[in-house]
Amino acid sequence: MRAARDEILATIRQSLGRGPLEPDATAVLAARMAAPPQHPRPAFEEDLTTRTIRKLESRSATVARVADWTDVPRAAEQFRTENGIEPRVVIGAGLAALAWPSHWSWHSGPAAPDAVLSVTPAFAAIAETGTLMLVASPDSPTTHNFVPEHQIVVLKVEQIVRHFEDAWWCRQQTGAGLPRVVNLVSGPSRTADIEQTIQLGAHGPRRLHVILVG
Amino acid sequence: MTDSSRGRPRVGLFVTCLMNLFRPNIGFATAKLLEEAGCRLVVPQGQTCCGQPGYNAGDEDSARALAQQVILAFEEFDYLVGPSGSCLASIRHDYPLLFAAAPAWRARAEALAAKSWELTSFLVDVLGISQTGARFDGVVTYHDSCSGLRGLGIKGQPRQLLAGIEGLTLREMAETEVCCGFGGTFCVKYPEISLKLVDDKIQNVLATGADTLLGGDLGCLMQVAGRLRRRDLPMRVYHVAEVLAGLATGPSIGEGPLASG
Amino acid sequence: MDLHSHEFQSRARTALHDTSLQQALDQARDGFVAKRAAQVAELSEFEALREAAAQLKDHILEHLDDYLERYETAVNAAGGHVHWARDDAEARRIILDICARVDARTVTKGKSMVSEEIGLNEALIEAGLKVVETDLGEYIIQLAGEAPSHIIAPAVHKTREQVADLFEAAHGGPRRTEISDLVDAARQALRGRYFEADVGITGGNFLIAETGSSLIVTNEGNGDLTQTLARVHIVTAGIERVVPTLHDATLFLRLLARSATGQETETYTTVSTGPRRLDDLDGPEEYHVVLVDNGRSRMLAGPFRAMLRCIRCGACMNHCPVYGAIGGHAYGWVYPGPMGSVLTPLIKGLDLAYDLPNACTLNGRCASVCPVKIPLPDLLRQLRHAQFTQAITPRRQRGALAAWRVVATRPWLYHALERVVARILARLGARTGRLRRVPGAHGWTLGRDLPTPAARTFLECWHHEREKS
Ligand code: SF4
Repeated sequence: MRAARDEILATIRQSLGRGPLEPDATAVLAARMAAPPQHPRPAFEEDLTTRTIRKLESRSATVARVADWTDVPRAAEQFRTENGIEPRVVIGAGLAALAWPSHWSWHSGPAAPDAVLSVTPAFAAIAETGTLMLVASPDSPTTHNFVPEHQIVVLKVEQIVRHFEDAWWCRQQTGAGLPRVVNLVSGPSRTADIEQTIQLGAHGPRRLHVILVG
Repeated sequence: MTDSSRGRPRVGLFVTCLMNLFRPNIGFATAKLLEEAGCRLVVPQGQTCCGQPGYNAGDEDSARALAQQVILAFEEFDYLVGPSGSCLASIRHDYPLLFAAAPAWRARAEALAAKSWELTSFLVDVLGISQTGARFDGVVTYHDSCSGLRGLGIKGQPRQLLAGIEGLTLREMAETEVCCGFGGTFCVKYPEISLKLVDDKIQNVLATGADTLLGGDLGCLMQVAGRLRRRDLPMRVYHVAEVLAGLATGPSIGEGPLASG
Repeated sequence: MDLHSHEFQSRARTALHDTSLQQALDQARDGFVAKRAAQVAELSEFEALREAAAQLKDHILEHLDDYLERYETAVNAAGGHVHWARDDAEARRIILDICARVDARTVTKGKSMVSEEIGLNEALIEAGLKVVETDLGEYIIQLAGEAPSHIIAPAVHKTREQVADLFEAAHGGPRRTEISDLVDAARQALRGRYFEADVGITGGNFLIAETGSSLIVTNEGNGDLTQTLARVHIVTAGIERVVPTLHDATLFLRLLARSATGQETETYTTVSTGPRRLDDLDGPEEYHVVLVDNGRSRMLAGPFRAMLRCIRCGACMNHCPVYGAIGGHAYGWVYPGPMGSVLTPLIKGLDLAYDLPNACTLNGRCASVCPVKIPLPDLLRQLRHAQFTQAITPRRQRGALAAWRVVATRPWLYHALERVVARILARLGARTGRLRRVPGAHGWTLGRDLPTPAARTFLECWHHEREKS
């Protein structure tokens, strides 16, 4: 095991025509790591919220806008009934305090196969491509993002950032290091593996509904 | 533009091996275009081939020998010009690489590369010509040969010149930038694949409703014309130089021998 | 996976006559090309991104040892394990050992080309494990008992009718041909498998040195279900997949989906770091990464280093006319098309994959779309050169080249021979004006006429005429 590691590294160095990097060279790499160079980013003038909604809808997600946090359960219930979805729900603990409809059967544990709908708090959204950033935590288990047939994501307008780099930066600001899983979700699950025909709901959610607050 | 005493550039005409044997008319067309554009034309006897058959087969040593021959035959001129994107792309890009390990030759290869031009780009980009004053009656479509297109960025130049030809209408085909399947010796080493590619090309050509196919590389044109003839499909095929020079009057490529110019 | 690249010619011939394959290929090619072109047209920064990505990859490769060590340290810090595999056999053994230790019975798999490269499925099945491919395309070809024919669309060679047949045989029930029904059927069939899996194996599009994370990109979400629900998650990835930071990975992500499927972004991009944490409600108990070398560290040395920039987007094959004509199976191993024609000979041997670098017209369309600007035609030519110098090029061809050189370096001889040939061909074609069969030119006249030349060559006429005037 150790032998394989050492041999591979030795071959790499041999191929590169040098020995292990000198300390000053590794220091340069460490500095680069701490402050990576800016790569080209798509420039755009469109308003962040408009763009996020437009991009999400272009990939078959739906978006509903509400004024206030307390409006979320009503909007969620509307989406549920409009699409005839059974009220077997998993709700991220981060949202558990809201007043959910009493006829919902819901919990905040990991999603099992019987969960039909999930309601998940977003960490951020990236306007560049209209992508939601969902991070794993006890408030938002990863299974909620993939096991249920339908997913609702709750996003606040002020959580929308311009580029991916901004989202990574936001994450670093929390000071908590990287969570175990970061899911960047840009629409409902899809496949084009049969005759290049796009079909929604391949393995993950068939419907992705975003409730935008603010 | 030139260092020659009379202000007319001395141009060495690169005679591609296919053209020399199969379609001398392209050579005369090229010569006419260059001379009418005010060039003093010389056709060096010391040339045979650009060396690609060796280079593309992995025989770099032979390719180098041929490259040296071309350098020796042409370095005295203001320009090397030839009617083929493929040979010219090789002279411009491959020659300097071939002499990576021989600095003196590398410098000579680079110097030659810098003054070597494919015909249509020479006329348009170097001489600034936009009209050749010829006439051609027909609806044509234009195949972009790969080496000229991707190696030398030739796309607008032939079209710009064709736009000045009276009586000619250009109708673009779908996938005009996709390979016709010639590929030098590829077409004889992998004939079945090559034929599939040329049939795809022919389908796109026919779909335009044009009566004539034009292009800038005889290899590709022989590939398409040879297939058209075999399938008994009526379609004229000319090198763009023949049309630009007003010499596309006799039988087209593959339609029987031309009386030599 | 066994190597069949030496059968290239016969496989290509079969492919050209396979009508459902041709139908599938036509459809795929048009879709991929048009969608990518639309995305590129939308993004004015695309060329700048390509240039930056090529440079970043070169920087990484130049410091690959250092970044790999940093990556390993970070994975360990997150509670994961890194395993190093020199070759395919070692990689298989590492994974089999993990499966045995955790007493695994069922293994789910997300799409991973490296797992194909190391022949993992066969080894797992031989060890008595139940292996379930979860990517729809991979699932289809697993049912068909075939290898992938494309690196991002493994079942691109299958028509829906063929998928319907496979599903009918595997799932029972009435035969359905609607694509929505077929996708649903696969969804239902695979649901339960995710939950019963002991080990979930995925690839890794990028490995992040800074955080010790693996990053995967999918449209279906199958990779996420695979790695979230199994007890043990194993990532398999080539050593060249490491990138310094998430910011750097972002650069490649901007190119990947656009180049691959012509999407602005794929549906799911997932960054995973280590196993389940104390307060996590789900996630795998163990997290392993198997770093596979398999010839890559040696590839760094020579002219082929640029090949290690590859991010496996598949754009080169989508734009390759030869791939479009014969499909992926003709190439005879895991990686088809232009990138495969470079990689296969390098990994498996120049002699065993002789045809791959040669069956190319050098038209350059692949290089013009490659998001990391790999000069694929140049690398193919370099491989031909290596074959030539190692005398792998067939003797007849080498003889022909030697003869050509003797003649072509003597202009007087060359011109004399051309004059002779011109006269012979002119006579042969004099009556009909067309040459349908010419001795020694069978490869050409097999499907094309040869133009009848005039009896005199250009040089002959030119000098004759100019001397007159
Ligand atoms: S060689 Fe370039 S185009 Fe081909 S798969 Fe790799 S990155 Fe994509």
